[in-house]
Amino acid sequence: MKKLAYYPGCSLTGTGRAYDESLRAVFAALGEPLEELDDWNCCGATSYMSIDKAKAYALASRNLALAEREEADLLTPCNACYLVLEKTRRHLADSAEMGQRVQHALDAIGLRYEGKVRIRHPLEILTRQIGVERIKEAVKEPLKGLKVAPYYGCQVVRPYATFDDQYDPQTMDQLLKATGAKVVDYPFKTRCCGASQTGTLPKVGLHLVYRLLKEAQDRGADVMAVICSLCQFNLDVYQSKLRRVYDLPPIPILYFPQILGLALGIPADELGIDRCVVSARPVLERRAAHAA
Amino acid sequence: MLRENGFGPDPLTNGDPSDGDLTNGDPPVRIGVYVCHCGTNIARTVDVLRVTEKAGKLPGVTVARDYKYMCSDPGQELIKEDIEELGLNRIVVASCSPNLHEGTFRGATAAGGLNPFFFQMVNIREHASWVHEDRESATEKAIDLVRAAVRRVHHHKALETRRVPIRPEALVVGAGIAGITAALTLADAGKHVYLIEREASIGGHMAQFDKTFPTLDCAACILTPKMTQVRNHPNITLMTMTDVVKVDGYVGSYEVTVKHRPRYIDASLCVGCQLCVDACVYKRGKFEDEFDLGLSMRKPIYLPNAQAVPQVVLIDPEQCIQFSSGKCKQTCIEACDRDAIFLDQEEQVETLEVGAIILSTGFQTFDPRRSPHYGYGVYPNVYTALEVERLVNASGPTDGEIVLRDGEKPTSVGIVHCVGSRDEKTNPWCSKVCCMYSLKLAHLIKEKTDAEVYNFYIDMRTPGKGFEEFYQRIASEGTHLIRGKVASVYQPADGDGELLVDVEDTLAGMVRRIPVDMLILAVGLEPRADAEEVRRTFNITCSGGGWFMERHPKLAPVETFTDGVYLAGCCQGPKDIPETVAQAGAAAGQALALIDRAYIELEPNTAHVIAEDCSGCKTCIPLCPYQAILHDDENDRAEINEVLCKGCGVCVAACPSGSIIQNLFEDAEIYEEIEGVLAYA
Amino acid sequence: MRPNIRTEADRSPEFAHWITSLPGAEKIRECMHCGLCSASCPLFAYMDYSPRQLMYLGREGFRDDVLGSFTIWLCTSCYQCTVECPRQIPVTEIMYALKRRAIEEKTYPKRLAIPVLAREFRRMVYDRGRISESWLVMKLMLKTGIHRMFGMVGLGWNLLRTGRFSLRRETIRHRGDLARMLEAVGHDSEVVP
Repeated sequence: MKKLAYYPGCSLTGTGRAYDESLRAVFAALGEPLEELDDWNCCGATSYMSIDKAKAYALASRNLALAEREEADLLTPCNACYLVLEKTRRHLADSAEMGQRVQHALDAIGLRYEGKVRIRHPLEILTRQIGVERIKEAVKEPLKGLKVAPYYGCQVVRPYATFDDQYDPQTMDQLLKATGAKVVDYPFKTRCCGASQTGTLPKVGLHLVYRLLKEAQDRGADVMAVICSLCQFNLDVYQSKLRRVYDLPPIPILYFPQILGLALGIPADELGIDRCVVSARPVLERRAAHAA
Repeated sequence: MLRENGFGPDPLTNGDPSDGDLTNGDPPVRIGVYVCHCGTNIARTVDVLRVTEKAGKLPGVTVARDYKYMCSDPGQELIKEDIEELGLNRIVVASCSPNLHEGTFRGATAAGGLNPFFFQMVNIREHASWVHEDRESATEKAIDLVRAAVRRVHHHKALETRRVPIRPEALVVGAGIAGITAALTLADAGKHVYLIEREASIGGHMAQFDKTFPTLDCAACILTPKMTQVRNHPNITLMTMTDVVKVDGYVGSYEVTVKHRPRYIDASLCVGCQLCVDACVYKRGKFEDEFDLGLSMRKPIYLPNAQAVPQVVLIDPEQCIQFSSGKCKQTCIEACDRDAIFLDQEEQVETLEVGAIILSTGFQTFDPRRSPHYGYGVYPNVYTALEVERLVNASGPTDGEIVLRDGEKPTSVGIVHCVGSRDEKTNPWCSKVCCMYSLKLAHLIKEKTDAEVYNFYIDMRTPGKGFEEFYQRIASEGTHLIRGKVASVYQPADGDGELLVDVEDTLAGMVRRIPVDMLILAVGLEPRADAEEVRRTFNITCSGGGWFMERHPKLAPVETFTDGVYLAGCCQGPKDIPETVAQAGAAAGQALALIDRAYIELEPNTAHVIAEDCSGCKTCIPLCPYQAILHDDENDRAEINEVLCKGCGVCVAACPSGSIIQNLFEDAEIYEEIEGVLAYA
Repeated sequence: MRPNIRTEADRSPEFAHWITSLPGAEKIRECMHCGLCSASCPLFAYMDYSPRQLMYLGREGFRDDVLGSFTIWLCTSCYQCTVECPRQIPVTEIMYALKRRAIEEKTYPKRLAIPVLAREFRRMVYDRGRISESWLVMKLMLKTGIHRMFGMVGLGWNLLRTGRFSLRRETIRHRGDLARMLEAVGHDSEVVP
């Protein structure tokens, strides 16, 4: 197994820190502790691509070069980072011209990138490399009775579906089922939540969020599981604002490693459960009481 | 009058005709080179005059001319006249593909009194002007190709074509409306036809349809009489549940190996009374009925459909208890008063000898699971158009009632055009029939249910006799015609089972969200999954997307590049019924023309062994794909049966002693050609 | 609102050439106007031109209509249109190129916060190599109107309460590296000289 360099991305150091905390805890519990890529920088996200293409690719490529120096693949939990890094990897492989420009920029700081790094997502590593069976065996507290809507968002399945089905991804479903939780049939798995707009054009995003949350609740979900810090922010933080307009009971939005972590018996505080604005405690307590 | 551009040296002043003699002692070679403009097809990209001028200076060339259309009568006349007046004994024409006009120019050569094999063709259209953009390089390439042909033709010899008789029987593969029409046409002309069909009944897709556009006449009413005719025709041998395994031989004399799968019923005894079906230990149907696309259930012993021809039941061994456990009470056998059931029937293989073959293997409809955003297979009330044909059909699973899975009548129906058509991700072509059948379904649904009907189309394509008028009629009936392709379908959890359809109404410039309780996917047509296998078996070619390729898109639409194999119906590309029937008639006509000629002339491009050089090493024998080489034990050498030889050249290349020679491809000819093409000057 | 009539003088052949020369964007010419891009777009409801219309206007060279459109700023890069397009037009990537050109030509609608976000984002990455979301949001509010901040008090409190509003400034060790690298790669102008 090739070494993995963990690339948390900026969001996971800020509003998405619970994703970082829970992911580290889960990988450690499975005996594969994460090692962070040394001195990684911002991938550029969607914003940088809107300003300057070559600079955007150069920015992302520094991380690829750093990983290559460590002879590692990049492990990237954030959807946006995942896509930006994957897109950069592909573009540098396809376009000789951009490849040369970017290498020229890397030369200026003494780095090389030769296209040896693959971008991996925790879902892919957990299901393919570690394997669902191993996770099932490691489950200490099965989450019987918890109903989860799996929400993948956009950028791990579009435009490239590298490790999962584009229309009906299954990797998170498999992991959630391994915890003993019930995965509800959720048709909006891969519909965009509009996260990158809710901050700048608040009105626009709210309706999208409402539709996603309502459908999850109509299908009986107690919580929603996400794989992207932007999605989590968007779906979690605006719920109180939403309720001023729509009739919608609160629904906690958890990162999938938080749910996985609970099943592995990791204490809730180590998983950042209380970093949800819509608290997950009532749902979790109700489930535990019910199961007992 | 036609010779303004003749660049060849004047034959009267050509001092030493042996200048160009490369053939040691034979009469001096006098070559005529003709360079065709093909209108502007060649002349636009190739400098025809320069090619002609260069050709005129090549050794052995007596005359070189250019002409606008060499294939025209005056063009051919040029060749003939020059042979007579200038004493030419070799002809080179640089024009299009030999596939198109080799025959034409060999004919012109013969008309001038020469053996037609003193002719060589150069393709400067498909090989130069059509595939290059740079005029200079294209011209250089054309010059190289002409030089190669001129050097080659020095070595040509007079050859005789072989005549082989043509068997009068024909094989028709696939018994949908195309195969039925072709078979009946041939049979009516007195030819014996083997009509083979993979399924248990003939009729194909058309048998599943309800009404046919644009006249709305019932498909069964016009098809079943034809099916019965097939059954009763003295000149037709009908074989159902039969596959083609192997095709040997050549035009006029094909040997086709077919495999009959067991139906476990003696077809000559069964009368289709279905007492056995009633008696089956399964009290009710338990397995999805293929003919109704799973909308009804059947037993393991069943009649393929009510109008099936032949009216003979069959047993599905995968489903019958006797086959899986051996412990069935076998009530069917008991019930059959004609003792027609034989559970020990086995597969049978037989070889058919025919002169011509018509392929009418049809199409399959697009599987909409490949476009998951339409929710087919996820939401029960998303149907394919073919399924709805069964629903609308009076002899279908609902006796013609249009109802949803729960038995309710729909109040709002959406029909999505272009599912699996005009989409780079699935099939890029237009399937041609979907617009019309979607309009037809809109009409039938409106007639039977009063529902609101929405047709979501990209472009409404209705070219055909009476088609536009039909479109007008459906529009006037109040069907919503919304110009846009449905992007997503989903069933909200809080609804009563209705589906929400998102589509951009491109004419209004807004997205519409429309609730429907039935969504019909107008699935496109595509080549059958095993088309590639069939293509290989019959040694024909496929065009883009896997449709069988016709010999010429305009002028030979039912012929293939394999002589004696013809195409009919949708295996060649999407078509409606009238077109299919017309094409099937044309294919039958071509087959008849072939058969009635009684013989064909074969290319003399066969190989032969120079007996004294052959060491009897037998290298060539297993390599021959046509089993045409035998070992003469007495003299220890190989012998080629020229009747079986197809001129592929494998033995020639493999022979270690170089003792096999192939007509038209002799070493001297090929080496000269190679040197000619490489002698860049 | 611009009057709904355009003359040929409103068309910029240069713009039409530029947009159809973007990688893969020659496919715009093959658009059959099925509207899948529009109907699958999560933000269509708020757009002035549908993605389909925008692609068409671009192909025809209506530069001012395209670069002045809200649509390009509403694109969230969810790639639904790109994945759905039956003609495989890379709509999302074209939207990126349009954003870049609009920023370069300063033709974006003035009250939009998105281009400002992009600029502040770039500056922070350039200076520190990483984004500190809290600081970015505060800067954005200062630039686009302090009044916005009041509406965000509840949200800010929720983030503080859950420990997600960090005032730590994230930074990389080799801060000078990024500046050197970004200068070395050169500026990528979208506007044809």
